[in-house]
Amino acid sequence: MALANSALKPAPLKTGVAVDMIGVHKWYGDFHVLRDINLRVTKSERIVICGPSGSGKSTMIRCINRLEEHQKGSIIVDGTELANDLKKIDEVRRDVGMVFQHFNLFPHLTVLENLTLAPIWVRKQPKKEAEEIAMHYLQRVKIPEQAGKFPGQLSGGQQQRVAIARALCMNPKIMLFDEPTSALDPEMVKEVLDTMVQLAEDGMTMLCVTHEMSFARQVANRIVFMDEGQIVEVNEPKAFFDNPQHERTRLFLSQILH
Amino acid sequence: MSDIATTTDAELMEGPAFVRGQPLAPLPPPIKEGGAVGWMRKNLFSGVLNIALTIVCAALIVWIVPPLIKFLVIDAVWNGSGRADCLQQPGQPEIGACWAYVFDKISFFTYGFYPIGERWRVDVFFALLTIGVGWMAWLNAPRRDICMIYFFIVLPAASLILLLGWPPIGLPKVATTQWGGVLVTVVVASVGIVFSLPIGIVLALGRRSKMPAVRLFSVMFIEFVRGVPLITVLFMASVMLPLFVPDTWSPDKLLRALVGVSLFAAAYMAEVVRAGLQAIPKGQFEGAMAVGLGYWQTMRFIVLPQALKITIPNIVNTTIGLFKDTTLVFIVGIFDFLMTVEAGRGDPAWATPVTSTTGYAFAAIFYLVFCYGMSRYARFVEARLAAGDRR
Ligand SMILES: Nc1ncnc2c1ncn2[C@@H]1O[C@H](COP(=O)(O)OP(=O)(O)OP(=O)(O)O)[C@@H](O)[C@H]1O
Ligand SMILES: [Mg+2]
Repeated sequence: MALANSALKPAPLKTGVAVDMIGVHKWYGDFHVLRDINLRVTKSERIVICGPSGSGKSTMIRCINRLEEHQKGSIIVDGTELANDLKKIDEVRRDVGMVFQHFNLFPHLTVLENLTLAPIWVRKQPKKEAEEIAMHYLQRVKIPEQAGKFPGQLSGGQQQRVAIARALCMNPKIMLFDEPTSALDPEMVKEVLDTMVQLAEDGMTMLCVTHEMSFARQVANRIVFMDEGQIVEVNEPKAFFDNPQHERTRLFLSQILH
Repeated sequence: MSDIATTTDAELMEGPAFVRGQPLAPLPPPIKEGGAVGWMRKNLFSGVLNIALTIVCAALIVWIVPPLIKFLVIDAVWNGSGRADCLQQPGQPEIGACWAYVFDKISFFTYGFYPIGERWRVDVFFALLTIGVGWMAWLNAPRRDICMIYFFIVLPAASLILLLGWPPIGLPKVATTQWGGVLVTVVVASVGIVFSLPIGIVLALGRRSKMPAVRLFSVMFIEFVRGVPLITVLFMASVMLPLFVPDTWSPDKLLRALVGVSLFAAAYMAEVVRAGLQAIPKGQFEGAMAVGLGYWQTMRFIVLPQALKITIPNIVNTTIGLFKDTTLVFIVGIFDFLMTVEAGRGDPAWATPVTSTTGYAFAAIFYLVFCYGMSRYARFVEARLAAGDRR
């Protein structure tokens, strides 16, 4: 393949710090969703975020690509601070890939079109090159034969892998995952997690909200535990599971690990 | 719990009292449902109310349909060259519709006062329009993107040149005051649709915009136009439009009506499109944002294609309404199809007791055929979309 090799590796970060959240607060009306979030994610780090439902995990990672707006503090993504500057928001979104719980594929476009749309119109890649890259990523997520189908014709696991490939086609520096496996039937969880493990091995900087604790143990550099809009505890996987520092963490782990 | 604990083995062998020991006697077989009788029993005579309604409807049909057929077909006069053929004669005591009159007047009904030597241009216009509509209506047509360009850009431009004329290429000018009949009806309806859809989309997007000024303008426009009758809009367009443009420009009477009809229809289209936009899940916007698409790209590639597709049936329904509403343009002095029928009534060469009725019957059939056709198409698309959802 005549592809530049650089197009297929995670794009290099400009700075050593991928994401820096400093004193971030967010409110929905009166409701204080995020309270003083401080988190620094360095290059190639894999962060797993867990916590009870409604604790603000989704809100936090959605602030990183400005799907949600924060009201206080600052979020700096690879040297670019997210403020109301639309240009900068677009810049950050181009460099940050996101995978959603419900895939959010475009149902009226084929798999291949789903993958090439943004590279062609946002990255201004020639169509042929975009398609080559798309086929490469489809191979990586092991479904090149589905390129011509519509998302509705695929299984959940296949759709989620297409969604991962779609994010990768934009050649992101950072990947965000919001419970990528929780809408899947159990037998499809593994195929998606395998893809994510592979991505981690390639050195991608990842922030992943998930309750797949075996994945967290295997892949994460650090695990972030959130509750009621706060980061309660951050630790390496071994210490996090074997020796949780906080009562709330212990309670959560006892519920989730049975 | 104690009940179960005290149950003896013997009782268990017999089984508890609430379990029936004997099988039930079979129920009588259901009344035969197949065949015409079964169908009628199920659909027409299934209850007192249903039976009553069936009888009332049957009576209405018997009362209306035979005389209608008698007038329109059996007693109708098909050939003839003047009023004498459609008058009562000793050999023909009852005279039905005078179709001979319609055949004689058909060019007038179609072209109005368009110069006879130039009428081929109108025919070409009809042909181009038919191609465009057919292409648009065919959901799996090849190159629908080109079709859009054809329908919304090429067709309007070509029609303008054809119908108005352009002397440099040898097409003499024809003033819009000479246009009439089906031509005007079709022009008003298609201009209304071609312009109202894009304007309606912009208004619908405006109504959902985050910018307060844009939103306010869109809401005010939509609510204002929807709050007044078309006749008012037409009057306003024909009286007020000249106030806004320089005197020398003095917009053409037909143009004023076209602007009025387009703006009126746009307000309705906006609401139809808005309903479609609302049906698009939030996840689609987020998916688009997350891959870096901007607002207009998201709308163009992700939201509108999906929203418009589910909106087709409603767009067609709005179009049906618009098509019928075009008859109101006569109020600002425009000679549409219904007006030509109205004018034909007064022709002394065809003055008979049945001329007016025949003319109106013809107009009714004309509108019925077009509107029913569009309505069927809307149904077809609806069924197709429902089938698509099950995929
Ligand atoms: N658009 C919104 N408006 C108001 N409140 C919201 C909105 N979105 C989320 N919330 C509230 O914010 C809180 C945090 O939501 P968030 O989705 O971040 O939780 P989560 O940790 O991702 O939970 P889950 O595990 O259920 O996904 C919840 O209490 C939720 O009800
Ligand atoms: Mg969540």
